[in-house]
Amino acid sequence: MADAIHAHVEGLTMCYGAKLVQRDLTFDIRAKEVLAIVGGSGCGKSTLLKHLIGLMQPSAGRICYGGQDLNTADPKALAGLRRQFGVSFQSGALWSSMTVGENVMLPLELFSNDGADEREQKARDKLALVGLADAFDDEPAALSGGMKKRAAIARALALDPPLLYLDEPSAGLDPLTSAQLDELIQHLCDDLGASVVMVTHELESIFAVADRLLFLDAETKTMLALDSPQALLEHGPEPVRKFLRRGKLPS
Amino acid sequence: MTAEALAPPPAPPSATPSAKRPRPGWITQLGLQLSNGWADTRLTFHFLGEVQLGLMRLIRGKALFRISDLFWQIDQAGPRSVAIVSLVSGLVGVILAYMGAVQLQRFGAQTYIADLVTIGAVREVAALMTGVILSGRVGAAYAAQLGSMQANEEIDALKALGVDPIDYLVLPRVVALLLVAPLLTAFAALVACLSGWAVAVAVFGVQPMEYLFKSLQALTLPHVLIGMFKGTVYCGLVGLAGCRQGLYAGRSAQAVGNAVTASVVQAIVWIVVAASALTIAFQRLDW
Repeated sequence: MADAIHAHVEGLTMCYGAKLVQRDLTFDIRAKEVLAIVGGSGCGKSTLLKHLIGLMQPSAGRICYGGQDLNTADPKALAGLRRQFGVSFQSGALWSSMTVGENVMLPLELFSNDGADEREQKARDKLALVGLADAFDDEPAALSGGMKKRAAIARALALDPPLLYLDEPSAGLDPLTSAQLDELIQHLCDDLGASVVMVTHELESIFAVADRLLFLDAETKTMLALDSPQALLEHGPEPVRKFLRRGKLPS
Repeated sequence: MTAEALAPPPAPPSATPSAKRPRPGWITQLGLQLSNGWADTRLTFHFLGEVQLGLMRLIRGKALFRISDLFWQIDQAGPRSVAIVSLVSGLVGVILAYMGAVQLQRFGAQTYIADLVTIGAVREVAALMTGVILSGRVGAAYAAQLGSMQANEEIDALKALGVDPIDYLVLPRVVALLLVAPLLTAFAALVACLSGWAVAVAVFGVQPMEYLFKSLQALTLPHVLIGMFKGTVYCGLVGLAGCRQGLYAGRSAQAVGNAVTASVVQAIVWIVVAASALTIAFQRLDW
């Protein structure tokens, strides 16, 4: 179903200068799914995310949202395309000169017709959704790492985008907070109808929330597998099974 | 446990000096430096072009930034710089008056201190000192702010939202400096003239009203306008240098420090080059 696909990536090749990062990546991002991008350290997961949100230009290939190529779109169309997704960066990337509430309100201030009261109410709702109802007036520097990530998710949700990109959302979090974040992702997907693409190393999170898993290989510099985590655990290529079993394959 | 067992394991073959990549020769190093310098220059021109386009969008009312940010930047660059501008300009006025008076006294012409201090301060020195002070106080802050934002992915977060960092971050800063520059320059000139007056009166025995009269006689509109124009140009260059270095800083603490240093050096070099060019141009035009 064409309308069930948010984004289509075709033959994507990514390089840093002359250094190849990944090549020939082809996959879709489907509606209402959680897609986990997985692979060893340095294989290019975050680089892929930066390409998907248009912060980096591919060396070859296309990234299309609704049939429109992200990298050939004119500035006006590109701005419209970018409104279709929210992004939470690895470090949270909250704007440090603003309070948490102002961080969440800024996208609304710039891109919605809401009045000040309405913006504030929406920002408070989003913060409540991620469990940070009391942090509205806090400075980002006063938040813990986990709180920053949740605040960044609230900011990414501000414009209610149908697609969310999360870079290592649960890295460095305690198991309880990590589990809460997994529940939040599941809620966003099931109840709010959003698609979530997350770059992660956390196997528990992958098995808890991911519908599909895209495995990037650092050695062959391309994708090795794209399927459900359970299917890949049982029948996936050896490096993928090894990764999912923490390096231990059954004899 | 034996001593051998405690000894560190031998280094892997790749870590031995013989396996290291040979140090490039001086010609290669020179070529690399020239290549990096050229890339840096291209980046600067690219940035200047982007700012120019941003200013055009601003004029057409299409630039995306918060007006509150502009007022905040004006407050940071203007009123908060008054104290340091007063101090430095006052001292420069004292130096100008002393230097001039000592030379003029030889000919019994110390009443001309007023002409020297007034024209020197209003036309040249106030603008130059304001530019240099703001390069350290404001330009460096711009580089540090934007560099930290770059390191923390805050600029990426803006871009991902579809916000142009030139519009949102650079324009409020540069425009704020362009707006406060003429006022700060005029204020610096006034302080320098007053301190020159104090020196002339207190140390060299010039009559207070005579100094004032001579000052006003020497002060013409072109001197005032040229001084304020120069101050605006220098402060604009300070803003551009600070934002250029911050926006293209690397993603580490070291890179932010380097950006701050580079912004001050670049601003001062640009100011000196602009000062030379403008002074020659205005002299040639007989303004």
